[in-house]
Amino acid sequence: MMDTRIDYYPTHEHNGIKFRRGHSLPFGATMVPNGVNFSIYSSAAISCTLVLFERGAPQPFAEIPIPDEFRIGNVYSIMVFDLDYERLEYGYKMDGPFNPLEGHRFNKDTILSDPYAKVIGGRDTWLAEPNWDNIYPYRSRLAFEDFDWEGDHPLETPIEDLQVYEMHVRGFTKDPSSKVKNPGTFTAIRDKIPYLKEMGINCIELLPIYEFDEWEFNRTSPITGEVLVNYWGYSTVNFFSPKAGYAATGKFGMQVDELKTLIKELHKNGIEVWLDVVFNHTAEGDHRGHTISFRGIDNKTYYMLTPEGYYFNFSGTGNTLNCNHPVVRNMVLDCLRYWAADYHIDGFRFDLAAILGRAQDGSPLSNPPLLESLAHDPILAKCKLIAEAWDAGGLYQVGSFPAYGRWAEWNGKYRDTLRKYLKGDEGQVGDMMQRIQGSPDLYYYRGPNASINFITCHDGFTLYDMFAYNSKHNEANGENNNDGANDNNSWNCGWEGETDDPAVNHLRHKLIKNALTILMVSQGVPMVLMGDEMGRTQKGNNNTYCQDNELNWLDWSLIEKNADIYNFAKHIMRFRHGHPVLRSRRHFQHRDYVGSGYPDISFHGVNAWYADTSAGSRSFAFMLCGDHAKQGIVKDDMIYVIMNMYWDSLTFELPELSRDRKWHVVANTDMPSPDDVFPLGKEPLLENQHHFLAGSRSVVVLVGK
Amino acid sequence: MSFSISSDVDAQKVATITLAGELDSLSSREFQSAIEHVAAENPKELVLRVEDLSFMSSAGLRVLIFSKQKMGTNLPIFMVKPQSAIVDTLEKTGLQHSVNIVDEYPA
Repeated sequence: MMDTRIDYYPTHEHNGIKFRRGHSLPFGATMVPNGVNFSIYSSAAISCTLVLFERGAPQPFAEIPIPDEFRIGNVYSIMVFDLDYERLEYGYKMDGPFNPLEGHRFNKDTILSDPYAKVIGGRDTWLAEPNWDNIYPYRSRLAFEDFDWEGDHPLETPIEDLQVYEMHVRGFTKDPSSKVKNPGTFTAIRDKIPYLKEMGINCIELLPIYEFDEWEFNRTSPITGEVLVNYWGYSTVNFFSPKAGYAATGKFGMQVDELKTLIKELHKNGIEVWLDVVFNHTAEGDHRGHTISFRGIDNKTYYMLTPEGYYFNFSGTGNTLNCNHPVVRNMVLDCLRYWAADYHIDGFRFDLAAILGRAQDGSPLSNPPLLESLAHDPILAKCKLIAEAWDAGGLYQVGSFPAYGRWAEWNGKYRDTLRKYLKGDEGQVGDMMQRIQGSPDLYYYRGPNASINFITCHDGFTLYDMFAYNSKHNEANGENNNDGANDNNSWNCGWEGETDDPAVNHLRHKLIKNALTILMVSQGVPMVLMGDEMGRTQKGNNNTYCQDNELNWLDWSLIEKNADIYNFAKHIMRFRHGHPVLRSRRHFQHRDYVGSGYPDISFHGVNAWYADTSAGSRSFAFMLCGDHAKQGIVKDDMIYVIMNMYWDSLTFELPELSRDRKWHVVANTDMPSPDDVFPLGKEPLLENQHHFLAGSRSVVVLVGK
Repeated sequence: MSFSISSDVDAQKVATITLAGELDSLSSREFQSAIEHVAAENPKELVLRVEDLSFMSSAGLRVLIFSKQKMGTNLPIFMVKPQSAIVDTLEKTGLQHSVNIVDEYPA
């Protein structure tokens, strides 16, 4: 019997609380028979005290100085008995030097959260006003790790077969129009699984769900008078704990169960779950910030510090996590392993990932140990790893991120090229040819799977706003419109903002459909921003990080208001699913290697087999040979795509089809809905098999079958 | 309201456990003991009378899972007249499919 082992009996007592020497590993708090094993690392503390609270109590019920005999190396560990797993909150007090020049900022009176805590209490319900006088606001708690997964397993879907949907947990269902029982929660996403499936989405990428404090930097908007909060959540309080405020059961401390239940249900429906993870900085800010955990436990280990003892700020948020310090590197690894193993997470997108390749002095490393460790980690071996391959310190690594054969990237160049091309900029055709092939100019050796293709994401304009605003309108953020990017490559189609002009609105809708179509026929992995499939607007705000309101909440009535966009998006996203030739694992070879009579990809223009790539050109076409699908393993149809961003209509000569194949119309964004797109398998035969008149600024997709 | 629990297995091998009050981490240990006690008699059905149960914590939910695992996933579990807060918790944590929620037993 486990509980008869001699190492599970107390040997010490402090004010009636029984304890003994703990196990140094694993770090964090681990349930053991009749007790809890606590273990924490600090390289420079001279003593460590375990502080225990009854849940929500203003004062601790015990403070146990961990005897120095319990310390092994720099790890303090203690096993405490007869604790109530569900009611317990714990933290630490660390004593040590306060000498910023040396990198140390200890304060023996501050109660510190455990970096390895699996649940954090204190922000249990979204925006419930906390007790600002709480002596320990972010409280470490225990998590049961015996969830009933019922045979669930991470899906391991080939990445090229995924259609990613970038989603904010709260924003997806918080609006009353979502008509769900528990708006803004993990549970509510479960209610919307049928919608995700209907759209052909088989992967959701969640904006940060690690515990953060929505109250951080809260203030009042000078424009609207509303409270502005940390809505996006790119400011981690704890890396191992799910955001309680996103759980309908957060007030009961059951966020772990609720999130795991959501993941299990998504997996049952063939939908992967990726997390947007923020390992570049923490919520502790710079030297003026609050001490929550890392700063008080081991400031010099966890943060990149300047020679003067201040914080490097490569993240643009005050501090930079010292990711290539071996101890921090292990924490990141432990964290991702935990989410992969205990939450069955399918992939991770790393915010400002270029920081993870910086040395402890901030210089870029040619062979960053953290990135290499992640790429070769046995537990993460089947997880997708995606880098946002730049940082706020000017390191831009799109196409050159240290990939170790594993990492994919948010392809920022795909976004920029498409935006310019979609609004009719000249000189983009050559670049566009690269982008729709999966950017072989960037990822020649890595294949198209290295490219996460996107046009919009949470950070910037929505797709609708891309074609409704020339400039950002961020006044509601209260920063005099100085925040947010200025290089949006957007075009308002002739009027800034909302208008009743039918011609302008028609053009905007057409450009949205153009964007979605090109995204869906590009090699690589497409990612759609939540709501773009129904024309969501942020009213020109391209940096809604602080807006907990309708600027961020998805208005589900847009499905009716923009029915043409929604219908188009649904069918074009399903079209991609139906055609493996659109989802190649390897780059095209521009030759016929299966004997079909056609190269795997060919480029065309108004004349078949000739594409105009001159600087003044704004149009081209390409054809994919279905016999080359999945490198010739799978048979698919021929696909021909016209992209005419010229301001006038152009007649394109169609390539001849062999055998009995005929061209059929999948999509023509120049046509009014519902004749702008046709359901998979129900594409009408094209009357003129030799020429196609493509409307101005439109995209046409034909299928040869 | 303080927690109370009673259990019984009848001649038809129907195990009945009556729970009232708040099922938290401490009281869940009593619940688990009751499950172990009735499981020893190899019941054909498990009936949980929970009309007066006002709260079920994470640890309480785990005992439900434990009962499935202890007595086999084919054992029907009937939860009689749960309060809406309990049903809510079961739904949010996905356990509503593991039990049969009924107004009366036998129906």
